[in-house]
Amino acid sequence: MARKNRTMTVLLLIFFLIVAAITLLPLALLAVSSLRPGSDLMRYGLNFSIDWNTANLNEYRMLFSGANNYFIWYRNSLIITVVQVALALFLSACVGYGFAMYDFKGKNLAFACVLLVMMVPTEVILLPLYRLITRMHLINNMWGIILPYLVVPMLVFFFRQYLSGIPKDFLDAARVDGCTEYGIFLRIMIPLMKPSFAAMGIYQGMSSWNNFLWPMIVTNSITKITLPVGLQSLLSPYGNNYDILIAGSCFAIIPILILFVLFQRYFIEGMTAGGVKG
Amino acid sequence: MKKQSFFRKFLYSQKVAPYVFIAPFVITFLVFFAYSIFSMVMMSFQKVAGAGTTFIGTENYRVLSNSIFQKSLKNSIFYTIVSCALMIPIPLVLAVMLNSKPMRAKSTFRSILFIPALTSVVVAGVVFRLMFGELEGSFMNQIIGMFGKAPIVWLRTPSTVWLVLFFVCLWRWTGVNMMYYLSGLQQIPADLYESASIDGASVMQQFRYITIPLLKPTIVYVLTISIFGGMAMFSESYMIFNGNKSPNNVGTTLVGFLYRMGFEQNNLGIASAVGVVFLLIVLVVNAIQLAINGTFSRKEN
Repeated sequence: MARKNRTMTVLLLIFFLIVAAITLLPLALLAVSSLRPGSDLMRYGLNFSIDWNTANLNEYRMLFSGANNYFIWYRNSLIITVVQVALALFLSACVGYGFAMYDFKGKNLAFACVLLVMMVPTEVILLPLYRLITRMHLINNMWGIILPYLVVPMLVFFFRQYLSGIPKDFLDAARVDGCTEYGIFLRIMIPLMKPSFAAMGIYQGMSSWNNFLWPMIVTNSITKITLPVGLQSLLSPYGNNYDILIAGSCFAIIPILILFVLFQRYFIEGMTAGGVKG
Repeated sequence: MKKQSFFRKFLYSQKVAPYVFIAPFVITFLVFFAYSIFSMVMMSFQKVAGAGTTFIGTENYRVLSNSIFQKSLKNSIFYTIVSCALMIPIPLVLAVMLNSKPMRAKSTFRSILFIPALTSVVVAGVVFRLMFGELEGSFMNQIIGMFGKAPIVWLRTPSTVWLVLFFVCLWRWTGVNMMYYLSGLQQIPADLYESASIDGASVMQQFRYITIPLLKPTIVYVLTISIFGGMAMFSESYMIFNGNKSPNNVGTTLVGFLYRMGFEQNNLGIASAVGVVFLLIVLVVNAIQLAINGTFSRKEN
């Protein structure tokens, strides 16, 4: 029996090593290619054949030289991500708290609306939403990207779930002590919600940082676009931008990879929050 | 002064507080979601040209019988069906294998398989577009070259276009779906398997009679998000073809058609009609999902 288990272990390990290799292959291709001149890519295609003697960091030097818009896009993405995460976390926590802790008229209807927004893909309302943002004069403005997604239904759902585990007597005790309704939320609940903020912050951070379609529609000025939109714009058929495209794609992933290694648990918890309980 | 304290009392009362808490949602819901849906439904019955709009009844919907819309709808449905057929069983099998007793280094492999989910559709699209480039030296052409095959123009051949799109989908989402299954698997009590193996049930039987039934909520959830994700697929195609264009519309999806009508051809009425059709599909799928899940929870109770 023990022997059989050992062969199973070896077979499983070999199998997963192959799966892991295939999984990492596209990123490895990207990393290796970022050390070659972009013109190589254009001529020979994206592959692993690289002459290590001529491999260099020139592409990255070019990226950091400031002679292109890369870091403007990077900054735009960073600002939008930070602002959106902060606002979405706080406001969604408010809403989730309201749903979890109170009984009020219209609660079921309002919560049904949360579920409705959660299930309708944003692509459905792309066009009317764009027209609305145009009329609000928010094209090429970061608020045009952020405003429609101030309250994220997914986060509301998660926070409500998280808070429903806290007994309501707790609130009454705080009220007896003279705490106001908002004081309870700000001073007692928010500290209690910290672990869920970490997971949801990462969930929201990832979706803001990687968001492509909506920012592409709302922004078109070269200095206002976000990093994914900017990278996409480099994908011209002539390949003259491949230097920045490949090194820039790598440099877009590296910070996230580092964060992932450090905070794995929260990443996985956050990005799969919709499962099981949903 | 007295008025202010009354206002304060009102705002701070236990009756009003919940409405203040949910106000951010209600406001953004009404302004951005409800209004958008409303104006989309209105526009779908109108001819929108500049400032003037005229009511034209169901004309916009009648236009949808054209072959390009039919093709893009078919493409979306095809993509959804195949991606569900891939993205439900494959991550499930991987999760069960990863979760099995003899497996070692579970968390390492779990993390590695999750990494693609960290990339944006843009980075994934760039890599796959170049991997499947038409040059002889492009990675995939090198691979098939090893088997003596001539280079393929991957992104211009209908059958291989879909292959590339499914590769992107598999690559990015296998890890995430696997994670859903893993957290579902961990909630299945271990003694169920123990008593089953004492009773002489084989591994396959355990999978069939314990794992699958107990994972059903997770499977239904993964199925639902896969259907919505599949029907809404657009960015992947946009990246692979470097724009909302594909030879002979092989890769044009439902959202791609909506985008072309609404944003490229400024045909707002038709685009809105497409949006309404899409919304109806979403609602129907969800009604079915609720019905399935509903019967389930009733059984459990």
